[in-house]
Amino acid sequence: MSETQSQDNGGAFDLSQFHGVFFEEAGENLANMETLLLELDVDSADDEALNAIFRCAHSIKGGAATFGFQDVADLTHVMETLLDKLRRHELTATIGMVDTLLESGDVLRHLLSRHQAGAAEHEALDCSELVARIGALAHGSAAAAPVPPSAPAPAAAVVAAPVAVPALPEPVLAEGERLIELAIGPLERPDTADHLAELFTEIPGLGRIEATDGGQADAEGMRRFRVITSTPDSDLLDLFSFHVDREQVRLGAPAAAAAPAASPAPAAPAAPAPKAAAVENADYGFFVDLPSEAAPAASATAATAPAAAPAPKPAAKAGDRPATGATALESTSIRVPIEKVDQLINLVGELVITQAMLAQTGQALDPVVHQGMATGLTDLERNTRMLQEAVMAIRMIPMAVVFNRFPRMLRDLAGKLGKQVELQTIGEDTELDKGLIEKITDPLTHLVRNAADHGIEMPEVRIAAGKPALGTVTLAAAHQGGSIVIEVRDDGRGLNRDKLLKKAIERGLPVSDQMTDQEVYGLIFEPGFSTAAEVTDVSGRGVGMDVVKRNIASLGGSVEIDSTEGRGMRVSVRLPLTLAIMDGMSVGVAEETYIVPLASVVESIHLSAGDIKSVGGTGRVVEVRNEYLPLLALDELFAVPRKEPVSGGIMIVVEAEGGRIALIVDELIGQHQVVVKNLEANYRKVPGVSGATILGDGQVALILDVSWLVRRARH
Amino acid sequence: MAMRSILAVDDSASMRQMVSFTLRSSGYDVIEAVDGQDALDKLGDKQVDLVLTDQNMPRMDGLTLIKQLRVQERFKRTPILVLTTESSDEMKQAGRAAGATGWMVKPFDPARLLEVIGKVLPQ
Repeated sequence: MSETQSQDNGGAFDLSQFHGVFFEEAGENLANMETLLLELDVDSADDEALNAIFRCAHSIKGGAATFGFQDVADLTHVMETLLDKLRRHELTATIGMVDTLLESGDVLRHLLSRHQAGAAEHEALDCSELVARIGALAHGSAAAAPVPPSAPAPAAAVVAAPVAVPALPEPVLAEGERLIELAIGPLERPDTADHLAELFTEIPGLGRIEATDGGQADAEGMRRFRVITSTPDSDLLDLFSFHVDREQVRLGAPAAAAAPAASPAPAAPAAPAPKAAAVENADYGFFVDLPSEAAPAASATAATAPAAAPAPKPAAKAGDRPATGATALESTSIRVPIEKVDQLINLVGELVITQAMLAQTGQALDPVVHQGMATGLTDLERNTRMLQEAVMAIRMIPMAVVFNRFPRMLRDLAGKLGKQVELQTIGEDTELDKGLIEKITDPLTHLVRNAADHGIEMPEVRIAAGKPALGTVTLAAAHQGGSIVIEVRDDGRGLNRDKLLKKAIERGLPVSDQMTDQEVYGLIFEPGFSTAAEVTDVSGRGVGMDVVKRNIASLGGSVEIDSTEGRGMRVSVRLPLTLAIMDGMSVGVAEETYIVPLASVVESIHLSAGDIKSVGGTGRVVEVRNEYLPLLALDELFAVPRKEPVSGGIMIVVEAEGGRIALIVDELIGQHQVVVKNLEANYRKVPGVSGATILGDGQVALILDVSWLVRRARH
Repeated sequence: MAMRSILAVDDSASMRQMVSFTLRSSGYDVIEAVDGQDALDKLGDKQVDLVLTDQNMPRMDGLTLIKQLRVQERFKRTPILVLTTESSDEMKQAGRAAGATGWMVKPFDPARLLEVIGKVLPQ
């Protein structure tokens, strides 16, 4: 046979172009594997589930090995070995295995993100302990005690288990080396093969060779060796051909060695036994002789494989029938870099502004004279809105993306705390803007952790209180108008009003018995306020709840707490569906226009000077429905220049973070959707302002940060 | 002569991309499929010159696909290679029994893939 000439174009491929897809795919596989592991019923593991988990590890391994992420490939290899035994029922799944596999998933995620960030090789993480532990589980040692990192197991595990050569000790492979089973023959003089072995002592760096047949040829005249080398197969073949014919040399993967020794004599060509393949190599082989091979094809074919029968002759007629429509993969979804989507959203934002400008200009035109123009503008407005909604929908992803991380977290937490907690999720399909999803994950994580740590009681406490030992944490998401409401509920101990008040007084917080329950519960969002009698390493010292609230507020959202002592607690997070567009009310202050987020507007009322009462030195309040609200004049706050003083005006009652204040403005201009532009990115952070927008007439209007205004006016 | 066409079946998108990029760059026409069932669907009544299939896939694995192809007259002689991460005798025997022409162990680089294809699809 002739060695195929090396394909120059093959070496030119840059595999790094596929890394992006691989990372995404591996991430999906990991997430999938974790979900499946968490759902796995260890006592009666479902074959389908085990297969699916195996496939996840298998798929990551294949890609990692192909694209050169050796640490990932090594770890997934042992995972795969363990999972393979599980799905073949050679081992029974245990909680310990699930834990170890989950842990491995975390490590893999870490390894992958390092590769994705372009970590250099020398920074490689040492996973040998984990690899050894999984290896121990796969080999049935139930204890699977952590093995010292120096254990040689990982190196051996990377290579297919060398069970084939029991007589020899396990080879230790250095980096870049591989184990090859070398078969030479049939030879008339078996000692010819020893010349080959001598090559390894004559040529430094070629590798090591050991006879596995004790120096004796078998009945077929075959001699067998085991070679540990880093030299490519083709080079080995070239060297060997000085002593034996190429056709007499077979290089194979180590696992293949056991069977040929046990296989029957060559007199039975029809037997399905793995007779040496027509062409065999370390990494590929053919069951039949190919057209380019000299030997006749027919005899190589096993009778049990009728379909494999004749040697393929594709050159004949097959190619004459052109394959029509053989094109790229048809798929129902495509992957697009998020930058492209953001660019689209930006452009649509600009279009919305242009459309608003045109609409404003169009109003000045006589509709009778310019009827066509008016119709066109109406259509433009409708299409723009539809386009905007459609584009925004691209960025919408289901809450399941966030919710999916919690089963695992709660499981670990419950184990650590000695509690029994189950997670219920409702409304995973509810969609939210990708940017918001990313930002809400941390606050939600904190809330869920808090519910399990501070909310859910120890099993014995629950039983004593007449509740089931198993506590429930519920995550629910639903759309409400232009917002999404995400609730974190638990059926734990709930909040105690008196305790909270007492603690607030200890902390020197301004409280009174007149505070509503809502306001009292809201105290746990105060910086440094902790409700747990003792500090745990799970939720820490209560720091965080204030951060949670601040983070949610910075997303234009709000958070509310409701609780019944002994029955549990509910934290409701309300968020806008997207950060890019919001409904706003534009208000005029002297020559300026400001936007008040519509979600925070409660009502607007005519104001007469007599309604305002002064409090203390500079503070002013206004009575609205038997409630005194702090009053904030926007012209004073933002130092808006005024040609002439105005009396009266309009006040808008706004609500944020559970508190209400009244804002004094000159006029209400109207309600409309505004495209939010980030002020920080274009200018700098301005207190009291959350962003800016461009109005229909081209004027820039600032969007008020109502939470900030409420905090400022009330404290 | 028409472009040689190859059916590439793998559930892993990155592997599929790598394989088809390699093949297309070398002038082959490629039909991609994500599993055995998808491969049968995509093939319809088309003919291909070579089939490369992964073994472990959801819905329909590689060996089942090979058996399904081999019972069809037009695929009786088509070379079919199994791309697999394991090269155990058990696998080889199963591949041979299913009617595979040969196997290739993952991981492989594009050059190796073209080299092996060159052996089954002579010019």
